[in-house]
Amino acid sequence: MKVIKIDKGKWESGLEALKKSYTLLGPKNLNHSFEFKELKANEAPDLTGLNTRMSAKGLVYPQSQAMFTYTLDQNDADHHIMKPLDKKPSKRAVIGMRPCDADAFLLVKRNFDTPEYKDPYWIEAYEATVLIGLACTDPCGTCFCTTAGSGPASEKGLDVILLDKKDYFIAKPITAKGEAFLSASSWTEEMNASQAEKDLQEAGSAAEKKITSFIHTENLRDKVSMEIYNAPFWEDVSFSCINCGTCTFVCPTCWCFDIQDETHKNKGVRMRNWDSCMFPLFTLHGSGHNPRGEKVQRVRQRFMHKLKYYVDKYENGIQCVGCGRCVRSCPVNIDIRRVCELMNHPENATCAAQ
Amino acid sequence: MLNPYLPYPVRIDEITNEWDDRNLKSFKFVFLNPEDEQKFAYKPGQFAELSVTGKGEIPIGIASSPTEKGFVKFTVNKVGLVSSHLHNMKVGDIMGIRGPLGNWYPWEILKGKNVVIIGGGFAFTTLRSSIVYMLDPANRKDFGDIHVFLGVRNPGMLLYRDELAAWGARDDIHVHITADFADDPNWKYNVGNVPSLAEKKGPPADENTYAVVCGPPVMIKFTQPVLDKQGYAHDHIIMSLENRMKCGIGICGHCNTGKELVCKDGPVFTLAQLNKMAKEY
Repeated sequence: MKVIKIDKGKWESGLEALKKSYTLLGPKNLNHSFEFKELKANEAPDLTGLNTRMSAKGLVYPQSQAMFTYTLDQNDADHHIMKPLDKKPSKRAVIGMRPCDADAFLLVKRNFDTPEYKDPYWIEAYEATVLIGLACTDPCGTCFCTTAGSGPASEKGLDVILLDKKDYFIAKPITAKGEAFLSASSWTEEMNASQAEKDLQEAGSAAEKKITSFIHTENLRDKVSMEIYNAPFWEDVSFSCINCGTCTFVCPTCWCFDIQDETHKNKGVRMRNWDSCMFPLFTLHGSGHNPRGEKVQRVRQRFMHKLKYYVDKYENGIQCVGCGRCVRSCPVNIDIRRVCELMNHPENATCAAQ
Repeated sequence: MLNPYLPYPVRIDEITNEWDDRNLKSFKFVFLNPEDEQKFAYKPGQFAELSVTGKGEIPIGIASSPTEKGFVKFTVNKVGLVSSHLHNMKVGDIMGIRGPLGNWYPWEILKGKNVVIIGGGFAFTTLRSSIVYMLDPANRKDFGDIHVFLGVRNPGMLLYRDELAAWGARDDIHVHITADFADDPNWKYNVGNVPSLAEKKGPPADENTYAVVCGPPVMIKFTQPVLDKQGYAHDHIIMSLENRMKCGIGICGHCNTGKELVCKDGPVFTLAQLNKMAKEY
């Protein structure tokens, strides 16, 4: 596959050319944070931010999404029957996402695309989306991707990886989808592939050296689940939690959702909305019984799911890519890196040593 | 791509009040598209999402047996938003069902075995499905002795009354019914709780006898010591769990208990399995 050299002078005109065949999305600086937004005419992604506040998951799996429509009007032939939406996701490309977010899609895919059941909403949107990553050269202090299965220049899950070389970008296609995307642009200057590979590797290792934050996960798989579950540190870990759910909303790998019918007069939609295991309602039975009615149970659930249940179920690492968003966004400084350390060595833990 | 969230449209064909206080009703549904009934091929122990259009979905055990054709039956307690609305619906109304979902009682293992069914209250629904299934003339020879223990709070809360009476009159099934409290002079069954009745009249454990237990937590709590005393191995005790669910197909994340999802890995587990799991149900 041809590696393209994108001269910065041609960057924006190339993006405009691509907008004819793709909806382009990319980070925008909203002053308080960077967020993924649609790039309108003459808008380019702002690639100066370290990472977006919200992850890229919402681009494929919106926070709120219609599943079906229905009518309750008895005069309509199909009243009370759920009708699938006839709209399909159009071709879109996310430009400038970080490699960790792309890796997260591969993790989440295991949940939405299973041998028994296929989630058409997630799969169709995922397949319609081209993921153009930007290799990290200046990781955040909270990034721990290198010990969470990803990395600053990881190509996992990406269709194209970009490397910023000051005057130009290296654009290396990784998949056929990425190659098709690049060929739809007006960028045509080919670059020596082995030189590009060398530059990417060098940039990757230089960025890796700047990462100062690590987790240890080597014991998680072999530990008996109930040993970690019954460990003495959960009260301490959860003590300060206010169950706001921010960690689950900013997380690129949290996938839980609720389904609700929204009716207006005689018509309505069956919606799905992101939900969070931090909320007591998440598990509340109709009878009033609640298996996770206590905060400590809910906090334990979140970490057990990411660092033990997922590990056991898929035998493919942890359900975390080390983006550090939950660490940065938590209003009470609960830190998954510290919890992971406790879970990896439950026998050493008497309390959540600060 | 097949959409696993799309319910099959059904019409309510029959509604029966099961309790004197009218809080428990059985609904027979008929598929609007006959081919959907073929697609809804199920086994006793499975559940479905009942979709009340405009209100939402609830996961409910299938009370009919696959040997009963032309309809599917569900028995629903009036508890929350969806079930209350369902209770107000009429014969002929259109709604949806989605399924069958989850695993089933292990019929592959139960073949050739004695089966002791222990149920409490309206959790008896999938047990009714199982009894009808085992008593079907084509299947009865596949099972040894069948014992049924059913406990209800009071005589007015006895569901499936006519069927239970008919099974009680048969010589190929032992039916034991009890009410916790009874001041009704016409009550012809036992008085007292299920565990003590099962202790008195239950068959002893052996390799070829399996207990299928489904009921409220308090019944399970007091039944397990009885089964232990009778010598039932924990892999011979089969239970069915409930949890809040949304998708029913293992995707939405609501119903997990430990790494298992009640909707997809369950709802049926052996006690031996449950012993190793987090008790988040």
